[in-house]
Amino acid sequence: MHTASIQSYARRKRALGTVLFYIVASIISLAMFLPFLWSLLTSLKPDDEIFALPIKWLPSQFTLEHYRDAFTTVPFFKYFGNSLYLAVMGVVTNLFFGSLSGYAFAKLSFKLNKPLFRVLLAAMMIPGVVTMIPSFYVLMHIPFIGGNDWLGNGGHGLVNSFWAIILPGASGTFAVFFMRQFFLTLPNDMMEVARIEGAGEFRIFWQIYLPLTKPALATLGIFTFQAGWNAFLWPMIVLNDPAKHTIQMGLQAFSYNYQTDFGPMMAGALVAILPILILFVLLQKYFVQGIAFSGVKG
Amino acid sequence: MFRSRNLHGHQARMAYLFITPTLLLFGIFTVIPVFMAFYLSFTNYDVLSRMDWVGFSNYKKLVGDSLLWQTFLNVFYYTIVFVPLNILLSLLIALLLNRASRAVKLFRTLNYLPTLTSAVAAATVWIWVLHPEYGLLNGFLGYFGVTGPAWLSETSTAMLSIIMVTLWQSLGSNMIIYLAGLQGVPDYLYESSKLDGANAFHRFRYITWPQLRPTTFLVSTMSIIGALQLFDQAFVLTQGGPANATKTPVYLIYQQGFNQLDMGYASAQAFVLALCILAFSLINMKLSRAEEPIV
Repeated sequence: MHTASIQSYARRKRALGTVLFYIVASIISLAMFLPFLWSLLTSLKPDDEIFALPIKWLPSQFTLEHYRDAFTTVPFFKYFGNSLYLAVMGVVTNLFFGSLSGYAFAKLSFKLNKPLFRVLLAAMMIPGVVTMIPSFYVLMHIPFIGGNDWLGNGGHGLVNSFWAIILPGASGTFAVFFMRQFFLTLPNDMMEVARIEGAGEFRIFWQIYLPLTKPALATLGIFTFQAGWNAFLWPMIVLNDPAKHTIQMGLQAFSYNYQTDFGPMMAGALVAILPILILFVLLQKYFVQGIAFSGVKG
Repeated sequence: MFRSRNLHGHQARMAYLFITPTLLLFGIFTVIPVFMAFYLSFTNYDVLSRMDWVGFSNYKKLVGDSLLWQTFLNVFYYTIVFVPLNILLSLLIALLLNRASRAVKLFRTLNYLPTLTSAVAAATVWIWVLHPEYGLLNGFLGYFGVTGPAWLSETSTAMLSIIMVTLWQSLGSNMIIYLAGLQGVPDYLYESSKLDGANAFHRFRYITWPQLRPTTFLVSTMSIIGALQLFDQAFVLTQGGPANATKTPVYLIYQQGFNQLDMGYASAQAFVLALCILAFSLINMKLSRAEEPIV
């Protein structure tokens, strides 16, 4: 009798705790989600309901006119394509060069292996702001390109070209480091067997080891895509030609030039978020793995 | 013996071939720029015509540049508000969501979503959330009879607005880092403390918090490094204003270098900022090295 009442008390207490947990967790999660919901609803409301007091949450009728406005006022579609191209190029180059170098550092023995890797690792600490101006200078003075002579003078080099974004980021140190750490976890005996059977080093990398790194490639690919898609300052510095602007630049210019057009502004912002959101829904587990990695390893 | 050395030589040659693209790009876009940044900071380079050696005059100018020091003060203010709030809130959310159920997965996802947005898109959304008359935040405050400020155009609240946006964007990933940290705390510590009669607060105070110290340190240094490089949100939300209240060092360097084309001076500023960032990166590196040797 007595133990039964203690048990039921404990059960009630636990039930109360669970209810409390759901209430608190729901409130916090809703608060974090609210800006998305609010901008989505704004983007679907007629103009007069956007500016209504008190706040009118649900539109009387849903309209897509703001999306049409956003895409006709500025060439958002073009910007979208430019950003997609740059982000995909970033992924392709980083996955290839990152895994190629990462494999060499993890699996092949050569004299300068450790010293070179240490230099790359140390360079990860160099902040982007210090290389920003000289990188611009280097890109502007690449010889024989963009009207430059053999000394790199006279033209604009790679400035204003997509290569100014693709090349400096094509083999990020993080990609090399990340892939190396993954290759280290793979056994060496497959390599030795393949060598005895006469397979070349590139074939061993490409056909035996690379397929085993699919989860790592997925994680790295997602992060590179996200970084490329969301990049803002560097594209703004090197791309002056309006036809080459990225979606982030287009969105910033829109919110600066059309300061009261909140409907199209929210439509544009949501379109700029959408590709990452789709990636996230499809590949959720790789996102979380990547953060845990960068969190644990710095 | 001879054969094996030959094999090794072949392997090494292939290895160098494999790392050539990476090293080439690294040389052109990291090594050369780093040395050049140092050189440029002693010149009056302006993109168009001149690049003369001016000695230490950029650095002398920098010492008396009150705008530069104001940007550092702005970032300092940002850091001392942002970093503790970031740790507190992301740890609280992680503690709350450190259990297993399907609903918890949904809650985690909702908290994580803001980290996916670009800084520009987040700032754009928040321009509207913080709108003084029709915005979401002041609308809410209105329900409680409070008249909210014009968040982005008052000097006292502009930086707070940027803090809000960046917090919104960073809590999710720090929550994940803390969740990983919490999973690393061994269960037997909690079990034995329960036997000793410790309550929930004691367990947090004497087990969870000390065990999470490396995680907390890492989150702090990473947030400080991020704060020192703050740009996107300040550029989109407030354009550095009002009255330079939200201008950051990177913002100033960008303007000095690419709007006013005073690249020599901007390089000197960038070097000073880089040294500050480097100091925290070194601390960070030391810590993560201590955790698990990489090389």
